Amino acid sequence: MTSPSPTRHSWYEESARGRLAHLLDLGSFTEFLGPERREFSPHLGLFNLPHQLDDGIIVGTGRLDGRPVLAAAQEGRFMGGAIGEVHGAKLTGLLRAARQLKRDVVILFDTGGVRLQEANAGELAISEIIRATLEARAEGVRVVGLLGGRAGCYGGGSLIAGCCSALVISEQGRLSVSGPEVIETNKGVEEFDSRDRALVWRTMGGKHRYLIGGADLFVDDDVAAFRAGALAALERPSALDQAVLAAEQARLERRLARFGDAADGAEVWARLGVAHPAGVPDLDTGAFLTIATSKREGADAAR
Amino acid sequence: MENLRYELSSTRPAGGTRAVGLVGVVASGNLEVLLERGAAPDRCVIDIATPAHGFAALWQAVTADFAARMAAGGLRITVNDGGARPDTVALRLAQGVRLMEKPE
Amino acid sequence: MRDWNTKGRDRQARLEAGRHLATGKIVAAQDLVAFLEAILRPGDRVCLEGDNQKQADVLAKALAKVDPAKVNGLHMVQSGVVLPEHLDIFETGIARRLDFSYSGPQSARIARMMFGGQIELGAVHTYLELFARYFIDLTPQVALIAAVSADKDGNLYTGPNTEDTPTVVEATSFGKGLVIAQVGEIVDKVPRVDIPADQVHFVVDAGRPFYVEPLFTRDPAAITETQILTAMLAIKGLYAPYGVRRLNHGIGFNTAAIELLLPTYGERLGLKGKVCTHWALNPHPTLIPAIESGWVEQIHCFGSEVGMEDYMRARPDIFFTGPDGSLRSNRAFCQTAGLYACDMFIGSTLQIDLAGNSSTVTGGRVAGFGGAPNMGSDARGRRHPSAPWLRAGQEADPDGPPPLRRGRKLVVQIGETFGDGNAPMFVERLGALELADKLDLDLAPVMVYGDDVTHIVTEEGIANLLLCRDKDEREQAIRGVAGYTEVGRARDRGMVERLRERKVIQRPEDLGIDPLDADRSLLVAHSIKDLMIASGGLYRPPSRFRNW
Repeated sequence: MTSPSPTRHSWYEESARGRLAHLLDLGSFTEFLGPERREFSPHLGLFNLPHQLDDGIIVGTGRLDGRPVLAAAQEGRFMGGAIGEVHGAKLTGLLRAARQLKRDVVILFDTGGVRLQEANAGELAISEIIRATLEARAEGVRVVGLLGGRAGCYGGGSLIAGCCSALVISEQGRLSVSGPEVIETNKGVEEFDSRDRALVWRTMGGKHRYLIGGADLFVDDDVAAFRAGALAALERPSALDQAVLAAEQARLERRLARFGDAADGAEVWARLGVAHPAGVPDLDTGAFLTIATSKREGADAAR
Repeated sequence: MENLRYELSSTRPAGGTRAVGLVGVVASGNLEVLLERGAAPDRCVIDIATPAHGFAALWQAVTADFAARMAAGGLRITVNDGGARPDTVALRLAQGVRLMEKPE
Repeated sequence: MRDWNTKGRDRQARLEAGRHLATGKIVAAQDLVAFLEAILRPGDRVCLEGDNQKQADVLAKALAKVDPAKVNGLHMVQSGVVLPEHLDIFETGIARRLDFSYSGPQSARIARMMFGGQIELGAVHTYLELFARYFIDLTPQVALIAAVSADKDGNLYTGPNTEDTPTVVEATSFGKGLVIAQVGEIVDKVPRVDIPADQVHFVVDAGRPFYVEPLFTRDPAAITETQILTAMLAIKGLYAPYGVRRLNHGIGFNTAAIELLLPTYGERLGLKGKVCTHWALNPHPTLIPAIESGWVEQIHCFGSEVGMEDYMRARPDIFFTGPDGSLRSNRAFCQTAGLYACDMFIGSTLQIDLAGNSSTVTGGRVAGFGGAPNMGSDARGRRHPSAPWLRAGQEADPDGPPPLRRGRKLVVQIGETFGDGNAPMFVERLGALELADKLDLDLAPVMVYGDDVTHIVTEEGIANLLLCRDKDEREQAIRGVAGYTEVGRARDRGMVERLRERKVIQRPEDLGIDPLDADRSLLVAHSIKDLMIASGGLYRPPSRFRNW
């Protein structure tokens, strides 16, 4: 019997706190503004919605294989990991600290984007986070994003991910500016059937993002694999200068020209030269990486 | 939101030395439970915030059973409810007490 | 002189009316509406095949398009009222009277139409009961059925989802009715003959497969800790002590949790080979890990399940398969097997009253029964002994003379004390009674009668109703596992404790189960993908269940 490995511990299923505990060196994490500080959203009560004491994000400092890092983890089950005022401020603060301390950052994304009930504050927060990310990176700080949560990484969250120095993704991870329901609502079910989950994964899922260079490392849905992935991502270059940006612009223009009219991820994979594109979703990680290594579009340092 | 507070008798003091514990998340059908110390050793104080109005009798029954059955003396407990069912509430409260007993 | 063949002549007339619109037996899809108008007559008794899984959907759509001036007042006798068209025909007057079993997705609309008088209700049946009436007083004059393929002669291949078809055809064809089949394709030779051509009068090439609902797929990702606790209680408190080898599981998440705990928790309890070896069960994807680890010897199926076809084909020792290699399901036979040859039925419900009666009728929804009541009832015609059956009989009647004492089937209701939307599972008065009042029914739609129920499992514990000696004990045993529902809070605490001492009620701690151990890590599979991997890639889950 082929059974799910008994040693596998799903990242997708874990809570934000559980993911942090498994990612960082045992007992090394110290939380900033923990739940007992009660820095929660002041807005949700107006909508008769319950708040969460940490506002859906955990920030703090810890060690990764002995190396000091700052870390943030979003809880995708609380309001879909959506970014409100306090949630955003905690991440902004962490990234500003990273710049001052010159300490690398790991962000465990799990978010549908901006929280509708605090939309203006949330949108502002996204801008502040992006600025803080770029300012930290300008100082040589690495900002690594890990993508494999239940809520995926959508909307403003995907914009932040796009500013990271490296992204690690699992098959379960989804990365897209617009989510499936948003596309269906705006363009119609003929354009995108959000309930066709295989389609969602073919167009936004981890394998697709890795194949088109939207993520740098592909790992199993496993907490140990994400830890190894985070360590490898922290070794990647973080330079962010004009030459890198120009190269990134050129890469994205090439991508658009090559795949812009493709209707489905499988069509993109076929154009990449993958022999059996329809079989890609069913490949295990080893077999997938064998194909992907030779066929994938390279990611650029600028992302 | 409905805010409820119960100050309950709990004859057995909570174990462990951990200052703070958190279990659960605020999601549909779920809840978060924050446990802190500082109540009198034979008392357990529970503050609840719930979006579901009119269930005070249920909360009263669940928390009273919890305080009577578990070693919850001395605990100050904060509950943020996402519309959890009583069985889930009882489970999270029990998980919280067990977490407080664990060494850090 | 009496004419002894009016029915045969009636069929002959319909055959001739239909022949004008057919080539041999084959009716073109574009002629289907005109064809139905030709062969149907006002007031006909019609079986439009459909159950909780497969649907003769193309025939249903065509029937909804016939001219109500030509075809009206039909009496529909069918297992499932599932597609919108099944109810549209009552709005337009094409149909008038309804005898059925199951109406899951249409439960709210069917109730509204009953209240509004658009549907004249015969009765809500169990599957076997409706099938039985096809042979006695509800024999269809026309059956509209669904198959995978047909040959030119009309031999049908119904494939893994054979389900109700043989029963419907048997009653209709030999009862001198007309059988019309929609098929996905017409082939030179069918893979196997499920229905012989001489029982089939017309065939429509629908050009695509009939619709099948993946109703029995439960995503392990959605299983809660409380459901796992109820599953642990059932395994340790019922499966183990009774040694239940032959059983049926309901469709809910509690029983899915049991299936996923067998290779972990069940293995740890040393139960492999001692319980859960023979099943009357649809091919539940959640049973794959238990099958793969050698728990299961044999499964007979009511129907199939989308995506399980290749897996079953590769496990012929376990499933009933034809010479072509694919599953042969049969709802009537499997329901009979569940009724007579299983020692336990365990399933969920929406409401249980103080006498143990259960119903799925709530707040203006009439979901029907499906098969649960057939399996969830004591088989009074049973005569063969088995250890669980005898033990249950002994618990119910400890002083009776053993050689004359009937055994009892274990009929177990399992669930959380509060269900979806925090609705209590335990109620003083069933919603089914309000429905019966409103519709002036002689009989309320009760799914499992209280006197058939032997155990109730909730997160608070197990109530063994076999050990209750009077009505009061029974009521307190039920209240004693009803948790924080109003029914549960109104318990007589002293009496409940006395019942616990007699093991009428068993709490988790009485069974050595710590509720805090009820953790998702106990599940052998955590996702649909895990099930696919456990099947060696043979299980092909439908897209809506995938996260890859």
